[in-house]
Amino acid sequence: MSSRRTVLGRIRAALADVPRDETPDQVGVVRDYLRSHAGHDVVGLFVERVADYGATVVRCAPDEAAGAVAAALERHGARRVIVPEGFPAGLLPDGDWGWVRDDPPLGVTELDAAEGTLTTAAVAIAVTGTVVLDAGPGQGRRALTLVPDYHLCVVHADRIVPDVPDALGGLDPRRPLTFVSGPSATSDIELERVEGVHGPRTLDVIVVESRGAGA
Amino acid sequence: MSTGSDGRVWLGTPAFPKAARTALTDTQLRRNLRHATSTIRAKRLQAVEELTDFEALREAGSALKRRTARHLDRYLEQLERSVTDAGGTVHWAADAAEANQIVTRLVRATGEREVVKVKSMATQEIGLNEALAEAGITAYETDLAELIVQLGEDRPSHILVPAIHRNRAEIRDIFQREMGAWGRAAPRDLDDGLESLTEAARQHLREKFLTARVAVSGANFAAADTGTVVVVESEGNGRMCLTLPETLITVMGIEKVVPRFTDLEVFLQLLPRSSTGERMNPYTSTWTGVVAGDGPQAFHLVLLDNGRTDVLKDTVGRQALACIRCSACLNVCPVYERTGGHSYGSVYPGPIGAVLTPQLVGVGQAASLPFASTLCGACYDACPVKINIPEVLTHLRAEVVEGGRQGLRPPTAEAVAMKAAAAVLNSPRLWRMAQRAAAVGGGVVGRGGRVRRLPGPLRGWSNARDTAVPPRESFRDWWRKNREGGG
Repeated sequence: MSSRRTVLGRIRAALADVPRDETPDQVGVVRDYLRSHAGHDVVGLFVERVADYGATVVRCAPDEAAGAVAAALERHGARRVIVPEGFPAGLLPDGDWGWVRDDPPLGVTELDAAEGTLTTAAVAIAVTGTVVLDAGPGQGRRALTLVPDYHLCVVHADRIVPDVPDALGGLDPRRPLTFVSGPSATSDIELERVEGVHGPRTLDVIVVESRGAGA
Repeated sequence: MSTGSDGRVWLGTPAFPKAARTALTDTQLRRNLRHATSTIRAKRLQAVEELTDFEALREAGSALKRRTARHLDRYLEQLERSVTDAGGTVHWAADAAEANQIVTRLVRATGEREVVKVKSMATQEIGLNEALAEAGITAYETDLAELIVQLGEDRPSHILVPAIHRNRAEIRDIFQREMGAWGRAAPRDLDDGLESLTEAARQHLREKFLTARVAVSGANFAAADTGTVVVVESEGNGRMCLTLPETLITVMGIEKVVPRFTDLEVFLQLLPRSSTGERMNPYTSTWTGVVAGDGPQAFHLVLLDNGRTDVLKDTVGRQALACIRCSACLNVCPVYERTGGHSYGSVYPGPIGAVLTPQLVGVGQAASLPFASTLCGACYDACPVKINIPEVLTHLRAEVVEGGRQGLRPPTAEAVAMKAAAAVLNSPRLWRMAQRAAAVGGGVVGRGGRVRRLPGPLRGWSNARDTAVPPRESFRDWWRKNREGGG
């Protein structure tokens, strides 16, 4: 007998007390928890919560975004920066930058040699200060935001949802998803938080708001 | 660690009372534990209090797990279909030995001799690293705490922070002594600053991540409807393992399945706040089968039973399968805080371990664990999926005693004592005699109003508790003298 049949057989035998005609829906799940813990100022909350993790957050208008990108990269001293396919050209600052394209796909050595990665985000969550990457346009495959030591993420204010339920409802689970909440960290030694282990040790976020929408 | 004839893994350590006695004399361990558990308790409370509806979330989490358990066969079959449709391969393992064989075979098929690993309770439970080593395959633990444990040839003592029993100075010594033998050595002048130690781990593991072709992970959740598997982590070692290698093998307990992808909206709120006391952990990765051009191009999901169906059979005990491995119950437990995780002799320590381990391996194999608790109930209050641990503990205690009575094991001193007590309590004459004997004995043994250690077969009882000295005169005697006779 295959192990599949063995295990399923054991499960059915173990559940002898469950009425045969019971359906999963008959096991009630009350969902009277809040859909959101955010107040009115969703963007403000997102900015505050991202900063809580030790990430740097900047708010700007669309026409200031490219300048904010340049300022962040300069502050971090990153010039050889990976720009995934589909990243909005309007967000790239003019000047002598060493943009690196992932086409053909970069090897790990090239990824490791890059000084940073510049992406957008699929969704952002205000209450938890999270950016969610789904490998879509402007984000690229997962390795791009993992191996380089610096991640600069540009988030449009209209991508920020109040809380976790809205975020999951709007994501496509068939895409590989990465929920990023601050820089990589560990509390494995004496339970004290140290930022920067294996993922990017620095995370900067730029929130772009259309005039009249947020601030 | 050893594998029994039934293919399940049991750590060959002394029973809890003996191991706890040793642990209690280790003052360094107790200092480390007290510091760590009190720190994390405060963080957790703050994170939980921030959500005014945390009770409603707990209730929903508990109900979702109940729904899953009662229809587990259906959800596993659905998960298998979803994963397969998305390009993954599903394997079923009835026990630890079979799971280890499957993983070993899959690694061998790649031609690789090394794998990188994400921290996983399930693979610890089945002793995968040891099984791979026997097959000539080296498994590198990449979680910082797991690395400390592996390099120190130590055992994990906490679900979330396995090296909680080590302080920074001890960790520096381990890194300096052992790293060189496994890969990149630690710097000669390594100090015991947290940043320095973390940097040493980063450098040590980086070359492994960048060259590894096979990774082994566990899973926090898997959604039956979409086939999406979830790993929740902090350091980025999980992302490295889930993204860079060509082959990914995930070993997952069958109870980790959840009905729908959107049900994660409950668990992703409950888990980080209960576990590390954060609003959200730094990284959560989800993947569904394989995606061309992004991440591993071969994905294997090994569904592990290894005693879980025995737990499921017990209508009281099955709630333990709801555990999402947050470790909040460890951090609030007065017994855990004093004895540490090693005393439990299992990869699942603390209150959840005391209910899960005996059920996974059979109560006869871990008969002391259901008693490793004061039944104070703090674990139940802290559990994000409302596992009534005290209820399961008392249920298992009854089973242990019952098992002794049915001759499955030799009768315990407790069973003999209870039988004798029943006889005495049923006879007024015997009860009177016993009380007088106790009053006399009390004068001899009692110090400071407590009996610290009882002789003979009663030692087991007095080892863990002080007993009140019996009064010099019983109420019955007093009544006879002052009312019946004298009145």
